[in-house]
Amino acid sequence: MPETQALLQVDNLKVHFPLPGAGLLRRSAGAVKAVDGVSFSLHAGQTLGLVGESGCGKSTTGLAVLRMQPVTSGRILFEGADITAQQARTGTFRRRMQMVYQDPYGSLNPRMKVRDLVGEPLQVHGLDQNRGEYQDRIAGLLKTVGLLPDMADRYPHEFSGGQRQRIGIARALALEPSLIICDEPVSALDVSIQAQVVNVLQELQERLGLAYLFIAHDLAVVRHLSHRVAVMYLGRIVEIASRDDLYRAPLHPYTQALLSAVPVADPVVERARQRIVVQGEVPSALRPPPGCRFHTRCPQAMARCRTDDPALMDLGQGRAVACHLHGGQGAGGARVLPIVAEPTAA
Amino acid sequence: MSTPLLEVKNLTTRFRTERGELTAVDDVSFSVAPGQTLAIVGESGSGKSVTALSLMRLIPDPPGRITGGQILFEGQDLLKLSDAQMRDIRGDRIAMIFQEPMSSLNPSLTVGMQIAEPVNLHRKMPWTQAYEVAKGLLEKVRIPDAASRLKTWPHQYSGGMRQRTMIAMALACQPKLIIADEPTTALDVTVQAQILDLLKELTRETGAALILITHDLGVVARYADHVAVMYGGRIVEQAEAGALYAHPRHPYTRGLLASIPRLDSSAGQRLVPIKGQPPDLARLPPGCAFAPRCQHADAACSASRPLLRELEPGHLGACHHDHAIDADLSHAA
Repeated sequence: MPETQALLQVDNLKVHFPLPGAGLLRRSAGAVKAVDGVSFSLHAGQTLGLVGESGCGKSTTGLAVLRMQPVTSGRILFEGADITAQQARTGTFRRRMQMVYQDPYGSLNPRMKVRDLVGEPLQVHGLDQNRGEYQDRIAGLLKTVGLLPDMADRYPHEFSGGQRQRIGIARALALEPSLIICDEPVSALDVSIQAQVVNVLQELQERLGLAYLFIAHDLAVVRHLSHRVAVMYLGRIVEIASRDDLYRAPLHPYTQALLSAVPVADPVVERARQRIVVQGEVPSALRPPPGCRFHTRCPQAMARCRTDDPALMDLGQGRAVACHLHGGQGAGGARVLPIVAEPTAA
Repeated sequence: MSTPLLEVKNLTTRFRTERGELTAVDDVSFSVAPGQTLAIVGESGSGKSVTALSLMRLIPDPPGRITGGQILFEGQDLLKLSDAQMRDIRGDRIAMIFQEPMSSLNPSLTVGMQIAEPVNLHRKMPWTQAYEVAKGLLEKVRIPDAASRLKTWPHQYSGGMRQRTMIAMALACQPKLIIADEPTTALDVTVQAQILDLLKELTRETGAALILITHDLGVVARYADHVAVMYGGRIVEQAEAGALYAHPRHPYTRGLLASIPRLDSSAGQRLVPIKGQPPDLARLPPGCAFAPRCQHADAACSASRPLLRELEPGHLGACHHDHAIDADLSHAA
């Protein structure tokens, strides 16, 4: 498919955590394959949602892209340059790639004023030489995220969770990045506050042309913010598609089950929904099942799923799925269920 | 509605804190009929968990104290019982499932012992027999290989299995009422669906009533028959679930529903956030607790707290302006 160069391209990324073995030589007793062959690309100004349950490797993928996590193999291209060998502390790319963390309480140093929290990235990169400009920049950043410039002299404890998350976003914006990695940025916030932060993220993207790698387990928030969505299971991407394709007609049985498990805040819709309930829980990443990693829980598993590991098959139109029901030879009888009836146009 | 199993009248629970006395649960009344599921929804600090703990009389004293009201369970006021009498009810006729299955199981007792304990305690059943009951319960909550699982320890279980164990414990004495406080918040979404489906199915089977405490409006829509929405320690709206979602009357309920993204909403639509922050219980405004965040608020709202009253049969709301809001709604439609 001819396409413009991606802002971020990840090729066959693997992050394995070796386990120290027992015995005299402490030979490694295998490895937890937290991320095991993940590929995706993200274009400027777009959002890629990365979803999956705990232990699927979504956060590790984010850290690896930031180069805060050593990579076992694979390649990470950012703004056309290979950054796989660079490090977070020294890599020049880090001015252009920033992170917003999940916990607005743990991620801000309680002993620093907001001014210094937001200004620290500028100081690190020596952009605080002109004091006047520096102060103006901080005031501007606070305004950008909907805070008041005179809040700069306060400490984090004086702010609510939603406001702290805005401070975290202002700090991430300080160096004018092109990509922000958001790891569960709203999941620690109260329901009535989440929308405030979601809207800030959306407005900033429109205004500044930011790209987001949006890592979350909340499928409704991901749908709201993403252009494309990748679903991860046990270290692999099992399905990747445009937002509308994925939510309207999920192909992978895991995506179907995941969407089906999310309740919709409307009893009428809930009663009418067809639900797919998967049994059991996510197996340990230390010993992923052979064949398709999802076969132990898959309601449509066939004999070959127990032995053959399905590759991520490109189905065209930017859609790919790793399932023997789709794409491969003899892919008949695939069941596609609309997860929620299409909203009737008003 | 049939005779309620539980009738809570004007329950008030206060806490003494460094910053003065605060009222975590303020004049809360509701009832639950046998076999029904009541969801209590609210954000952190709304008083939903303190309500649950008050029902079980598990409020740590000091600093907390139930200062008023009645908790009528099968016609008997739990607040008038001695501690010993209350212990007889807890885990027997009323059972509770907590949010953190990790910290609410005893790590130094086998799973079997923890499930058999209430049976031994309340039913005076010898341990060997109680273990048989425990095995049946583990099967009931679909833990495979129940007989050998009895001898295992909580740390060997995944989060979902621990919560299944908690449910087995709660069901051990066939309670009339189960109170589940955010039972699936710590779990993954596919496991959440399994656990709540199971809980719902088992209550249907046994005819027990369920009080489900949650912040998730989706979970409420899927599992609840009735809903009470709490804000700032009070119930601000209460109705049958269908009516609440179809015609939310309180501005807070309406605000919440507009602020959450849904799997089936038209994508690209901006969310409508509720401005401001949830209230600080130690510094509640004198009037309506939601007034500082409410677009309909006026002088009356900051002057006096609106009482919960019946707006339509079975639909209660605590707002000075529900008529104006109705007009606003019909205008918008």
